[in-house]
Amino acid sequence: MQDLIRRYGAGLTGLMVLLVAFWLLMLVIIPNITLFESSFRPYLPVVEMGGPKDVYSVNNYLKVFDGSIETSIFGMSFMVPVHIRTFFLTIWYSVTVTLACFVLAYPIAFYLAKIANPKSVPTLLLLLFVPLWVSEVLRAFAWWIILALKGPLNSLLLSLYLIEKPIRWITDYDAVLIGLVYTYILFMLFPIYNAISSLDTNQIEAAEDLGASRWRIHWRIVLPHSKPGIASGAVMVFMLSAGSLLVPSILGSTTSQWFTQTIQQWMNDALDWNTASAYAFLLLFLCTAFVSLVMWIFRVKLSDIAK
Amino acid sequence: MHKLRTTLAHLYMGAFLIYLLIPLVIMAGAAFNDSKLPSIVPWRGWTLHWFYDLFQDERMWVALFNTMVVALAVAVISIIIGTASAILINSISGRIRTVIYGLMISTILIPGAVIGISTLLMWNKIGVPPGLHLSVLGQVSYIAAMVMLLVLARLQTFDGALEEAALDLGASHGQVMRRILLPHLYPAIGAGGAVAFFQSIENFNVTQFTRGGVDTLTVYVFSKVRSGITPTINALALIMISITLLAAVWYELSRRRKERILLAGMSREDE
Repeated sequence: MQDLIRRYGAGLTGLMVLLVAFWLLMLVIIPNITLFESSFRPYLPVVEMGGPKDVYSVNNYLKVFDGSIETSIFGMSFMVPVHIRTFFLTIWYSVTVTLACFVLAYPIAFYLAKIANPKSVPTLLLLLFVPLWVSEVLRAFAWWIILALKGPLNSLLLSLYLIEKPIRWITDYDAVLIGLVYTYILFMLFPIYNAISSLDTNQIEAAEDLGASRWRIHWRIVLPHSKPGIASGAVMVFMLSAGSLLVPSILGSTTSQWFTQTIQQWMNDALDWNTASAYAFLLLFLCTAFVSLVMWIFRVKLSDIAK
Repeated sequence: MHKLRTTLAHLYMGAFLIYLLIPLVIMAGAAFNDSKLPSIVPWRGWTLHWFYDLFQDERMWVALFNTMVVALAVAVISIIIGTASAILINSISGRIRTVIYGLMISTILIPGAVIGISTLLMWNKIGVPPGLHLSVLGQVSYIAAMVMLLVLARLQTFDGALEEAALDLGASHGQVMRRILLPHLYPAIGAGGAVAFFQSIENFNVTQFTRGGVDTLTVYVFSKVRSGITPTINALALIMISITLLAAVWYELSRRRKERILLAGMSREDE
């Protein structure tokens, strides 16, 4: 800090501190505190705000227990509250999407970093970047076209005689998962690619010379080395999937519901901002807790992720 | 055996590229199909009808204009805040740095819906009505962190001794900032501006909760996709993808030219 003042003077340093303070306080911390505070207040007509009924309670949070439906898990039936079910399905499918992205992207990351001709890598990266620049809503829409009952995918499969009648793809959560993997896979690919790029190829060759098998090389050398990249990609994909609103809205079916959609219903349909706050806070808190837990299990730090 | 594995790797890469790009091709192709539903099967003949319809749509133009204004505002504010944060973070150390840095990074991970609702609530409480100005503030809250990361990476290669020299030679504080530090950071600031601009254009979650009934392009596309779908959205998609591709090709060509100049320069030095 002293150094900054010496270099840029008190005026400029003060200005920079003010800018950072504006960002962190006015755009991040205070809005989240407001969200937290509002989540404990009841939803009241304007005239009753600040009146005797305007007291703190956890009622908004308790609404997640309202209205149970029967759900079967591993063949056993339970009565589970709708919103809790939605929340767990959101987490569960987000984990599925994260794993699918990892399995699909890891070979590509390794290929780009170690197998591909270094001269063609920039062009390949550029091609990979193209979908990233196309907006999410259009990418979800593209899959909506492809997966339609009379769409190109079913026509292709029918004409190849692989299926006898059209498959309904946009059913339950199926299309949502397909769309999420497509939309977020690049957020998994690039961090892993960066991590593997920094691995000395000599290490792989040494292991090969000493007779290690392909799998062993990946398991003992490449994977441990790329752990920060994998963690970073996994956290990004998981949080983006769990927080996605576009993909579940466009590719969802009548039986699929994402937790963000529930929040949006409280906010825009019920106009109950307080309950929406409670749900939004739950999403933020539980996702953060989940990510922290996974990071703790795999012994990764937050500072590794932002590398 | 090794050769087979390499071939398989090439094939997988090819398949992956097809997987990424085919959906975009199909979406763009449907823009020319003379069918009321957006699809490429069954093909009912070529038409430019949907482009015509798109250009006639007043709402699209308004949404496009709003998007551009928001994206420009987000880019400018994010550049200013992100650059200041990077310089500040770079000059502090220890526990306080870890805390502030962690806080800045965490904004990237906060779900957009949470950012949108919290921004709306706070500004609503102090009497600011919802609208695109809140969308700008909400988007800046995490896009500034992206700019900060880019500028911070560039700062690692900065030689502080240059500033010392300038100060010793009698440069003012403003001159040190304007003539020495910022020019070194310009590439990162430029990249950050581009990232911020594109991130803002495609933002939906934050905008959806803060916009207060005003359209941006993403919201417009979303509402079109949800309600009566016509292939005009495909026409719009085709235009947007084309712009992206042109930008990508231009970037690649200029990169190759720079590389050639660099190589030519190096071989001349060898002689």
